[in-house]
Amino acid sequence: LRLICTTTAVERKNVGASGPEKYTEAFIKKQIEEFNLGKRHLANMMGEDPETFTQEDVDRAIAYLFPSGLFDKQARPMMKHPTEIFPEQRKIQWGEDGRPFHFLFYTGKQSYYSLMHETYEKLLNVQKHQDQLIAPDLPLQKEKRNLAGSRWLTKIELEEMLLEKLSDDDYSRFIQLLQKLVALPCADIEEEYIRKFSKEVPVQLQKVAIDPLQYDERGVAFSTGEGKRKTAKATAVVYDNGSGKITVNGIDILHYFPVLQDREQLLFPFQFLGRIGKHDMVCTVSGGGRSVQAGAIRLASAKALRSFVTEKEVEFMRQAGLLTVDPRVKERKKPGQEGPRRKFTWKKR
Amino acid sequence: DDKLLTEPLNHPDFFSVKELFTLKDLFDARVHLGHKKGCRHRFMEPYIFGCRLDQDIIDLDQTVQHLQLALNFTAHVAYRGGIILFVSRKRQFCHLIESTARACGEYAHTRYWQGGLLTNANVLFGPGVRLPDLLIFLSTLNNVFEPHVAIRDAAKMSIPTVGVVDTNCNPCLITYPIPGNDDSPAAMELYCKLFRMTIIRAKDKRRQSEAIEELQ
Repeated sequence: LRLICTTTAVERKNVGASGPEKYTEAFIKKQIEEFNLGKRHLANMMGEDPETFTQEDVDRAIAYLFPSGLFDKQARPMMKHPTEIFPEQRKIQWGEDGRPFHFLFYTGKQSYYSLMHETYEKLLNVQKHQDQLIAPDLPLQKEKRNLAGSRWLTKIELEEMLLEKLSDDDYSRFIQLLQKLVALPCADIEEEYIRKFSKEVPVQLQKVAIDPLQYDERGVAFSTGEGKRKTAKATAVVYDNGSGKITVNGIDILHYFPVLQDREQLLFPFQFLGRIGKHDMVCTVSGGGRSVQAGAIRLASAKALRSFVTEKEVEFMRQAGLLTVDPRVKERKKPGQEGPRRKFTWKKR
Repeated sequence: DDKLLTEPLNHPDFFSVKELFTLKDLFDARVHLGHKKGCRHRFMEPYIFGCRLDQDIIDLDQTVQHLQLALNFTAHVAYRGGIILFVSRKRQFCHLIESTARACGEYAHTRYWQGGLLTNANVLFGPGVRLPDLLIFLSTLNNVFEPHVAIRDAAKMSIPTVGVVDTNCNPCLITYPIPGNDDSPAAMELYCKLFRMTIIRAKDKRRQSEAIEELQ
């Protein structure tokens, strides 16, 4: 097919078809040379020693010479090493004569398939070793792998390792192969190889440490607790051998909390444990409103009471909700609405 | 340089490929065993010696001739520095074939064949890829017992093919078919050994000839 008469549309360069711009190695090298030369010029301009001119000095100099009021830091003038600016690309996979470097290049996913090949080879090694041990009837080694504390690499981590995109099927096949390898009795030989693909999982259960009781000068046991709710923060100090007196910010609760509901909130932890007349409390609270401060002191006193009480009762308190921080905060107002949820009045016409 | 390339073409068996194997070796490796009569492909009938208890037996005399031609051709391709790609879709021998390819310094593809690998290579790999100069099929069928896509693609891209065809395969589009068994491990190991030895011999001869040329 020879195009005798062409149109301008056909001859126009298709900009999108070639993909993202590819940088040759020669281009990157030239950029690095220019950068180093520019750095020395900049040092000269600023009157500093070109030999000891670090990247921070470069940044400071550029910010001084080209001041910019733009908010986005990425939009301001910058002078960085070319490896940070130009994204890393896969180098050309074949040599001058055109022969590719990797023997699995023509499959498309060379790193993934070479990984599968290696893993399968390890599997065959282990089987051969097993056969050698079985033949003279030697006892097989018992493995003590820590199964609970380790997990396999995720698909994204594997993609980062191989610098190649994987599909879900590929990933699951690789994990199945690894599991097969681990299941064999003599897999200890290849443990180093397997460790490359497994990660430690940190212990999830973290028991909250309860503070032990402290004793003041008179020999009375006490403990402190902190609590917050919305914007109020409170600290409570609960003393033993008391008569049920509660002081807030130096003021008695009857005067500080005139409303009955707030006082009930304060007494709830003690009533729950049945220790109403046995403890004294001194608390400080700031921020928030009336009932919010009461809730904050309730949480603080419950936390302080944990040290006086058995573990079972601590569990009861947790289930009653006395030890959980209330996550509710004021919801923001949205544009186009009057409040967080209330919409403007709807008018039919 | 011209002399290096034309010199091997003057001899019928420059790489002495006939000494690498005998008919007895092929028989011991069970190359003559084919599939059952019901699986027979129509175009394989000239290569079949006979049928015993419903199982087809491949004519080893013809196999010997075809194998000699194929090995001679691969040796010439390897001598001229061509890219050789081993293809097979048999899962049992995938590792063996990949190790053979690695040992020769050539390439292998024993995994799922993506659609436009040969025909759309510039898009998949990048502009300026060099396609393989020879495809060696150690098993012409894929996992669904259909002819491998690469046979048709190689014919489209004018790439010569060498292939081991069993009694249920279609030998039509393959340039150098080798009628023989592709299912037993002994046969596959024999083929891998033969191809590996030919390619290594050809490459060594090339290096020797270049060294001699440099001395002169």
